[in-house]
Order: sequence, then C-alpha cells, then structure tokens
Amino acid sequence: MAALLDLFSWLMLLGGVAFSLIGGVGLLRMPDFYTRLHAASVTDTLGAGLILLGLMVQAGWTLVSVKLLLILVFMWFTGPIATHALARAALVDPANPRPLLHEEPPPSKSSSISSC
Amino acid sequence: MLHALGLWLFCLGLWLLLSGYFHVTLLLIFGALSCALVVFVAWRTEVIDPEEQPLRLRFNAHILTYWPWLLWQIVLANLDVARRIVDPKLPISPTLITLKPTQRSDLGRVIYANSITLTPGTVTTDLSGDTLEVHALTREGADALLEGDMDRRVTRLEGGR
Repeated sequence: MAALLDLFSWLMLLGGVAFSLIGGVGLLRMPDFYTRLHAASVTDTLGAGLILLGLMVQAGWTLVSVKLLLILVFMWFTGPIATHALARAALVDPANPRPLLHEEPPPSKSSSISSC
Repeated sequence: MLHALGLWLFCLGLWLLLSGYFHVTLLLIFGALSCALVVFVAWRTEVIDPEEQPLRLRFNAHILTYWPWLLWQIVLANLDVARRIVDPKLPISPTLITLKPTQRSDLGRVIYANSITLTPGTVTTDLSGDTLEVHALTREGADALLEGDMDRRVTRLEGGR
C-alpha cells in the first residue's frame, strides 16, 4: 500500500514537472505576448497543481498537507487575477503591439481535438 | 456583530491549521488574542462587510458539481494546450471574442471570468458592464466558450438567490 502511494505520488510529481517544462517550452515557442500567457497558464495550473498534489500524498494526513492545500487554493484563486491584470494592461495601452489574430475561417470540424 | 464573530472564527481556524499548536494553552490564548486584534483592526478600518466575507459565499448544491467539472475542464484544456505546444507545426489560431454573460450578480460574473482565465487557452482581458472580452489561443476554444456551457453552469451556481 505504501509503495503504491509512493508510486502514485511520484507519477504526479513527474507529471507536474512535465507540464511545467512544456509550459516553459511554450513560453519560448509562442509568437506573441498574448499567446505566451496561455502557455504560462499550463505551468501554474496543472504543473504546480500536480507537484503540490504529489507532495501532499508524500506528506500524508498531516498539517503539512493542509498547508500545501492552502498554497494550491491561493495559487488557483490569485493566478487568474494576475494573468487578467497582465493581459488587460497590455491591451489597454495603445503603444503595445496588438494581439496576432487568426483571420481565416474556422478550421474544418474533421479534426478531433478536445477543445475548451 | 455576527460577521465579526464569523471572521474571528475563520481566522482562528486558519491559525490553528497553520500553527498546529493544539495543546499549548498559552499559545492558544495568544492565537485567539491575535485573531481578535485582526477583527478589531478590520472593524476599525470598516472592512467587515457582508460582501467581503468568505463565509458568505452561498453554498448551494451546484457548487459541489461545478468545482469537479471545472477541475476536469482545466485538465482537458491543459492537455490540449500542452499538445499544441509540443506539436512541431504549432497549430494555434489566436482569437479575440466578446461574450455576453448571463449572470446577474457581480460575484457570478467574476466567478465566470476567473474560471475562463483559470482554464489554459482562454484569458479574460476585459470585464466591464455586461460584456466580457476573451482572448483564446485557438478558434476551437473560442467556439466552445461561445456555445456557453460554462456560462450556463455559473448562472446555475448563483441561481440560489
């Protein structure tokens, strides 16, 4: 049982690391500021979330887990506010470059991508 | 008065969880006193206000289904955005759209706007009056928002009042 929990938590930790890494790669690959924001939000939702969950499984039913949960809750509450403030500040100032927009008609429905 | 008591209990609970001193009487008294000081300062600066109370958030049954649903949507959106980042062709189609949220209260709109931003691939860039401006990483993400599934769920969330 303990070994199973350990395996589970390590899988979550590694998953979190993978998502953080992908977020970082996305930050480098995306073409402009606004699309980079989307890449960064991968890091601070699932990347940080999985790492904290994995650490919570490691800590077990202790106060440390409660603190980790509080960190997660506060991060998920404040993260969107910061992202929104950044995006809005960039859009409101006319001196900043406008977002690159996709002008073509929507792609065909044949691609089976789970979109949200 | 009830709000002050609620704030004090909330602070005390948080203090207990963060400190972990359940058996040291002197420290417990100090903790209770410092929480009382916080309530006093909040009362003097007039921030004890029903609007700001975390406890005041109405818990109706929908919130129990909304949070897991939102969590699942976040996971799906993360996988989608991560897949697009790793894809060598970088298949993105940035879109800026305007939404008309159907929530009646400010809190409902803020929950909706925050849910949109929390989901990777979509960021709320403006919330003024009754329109929301959203920047989406992909055309599909924008279309999913325009369909209004999340909007309906948040409206149901505030439906209790």
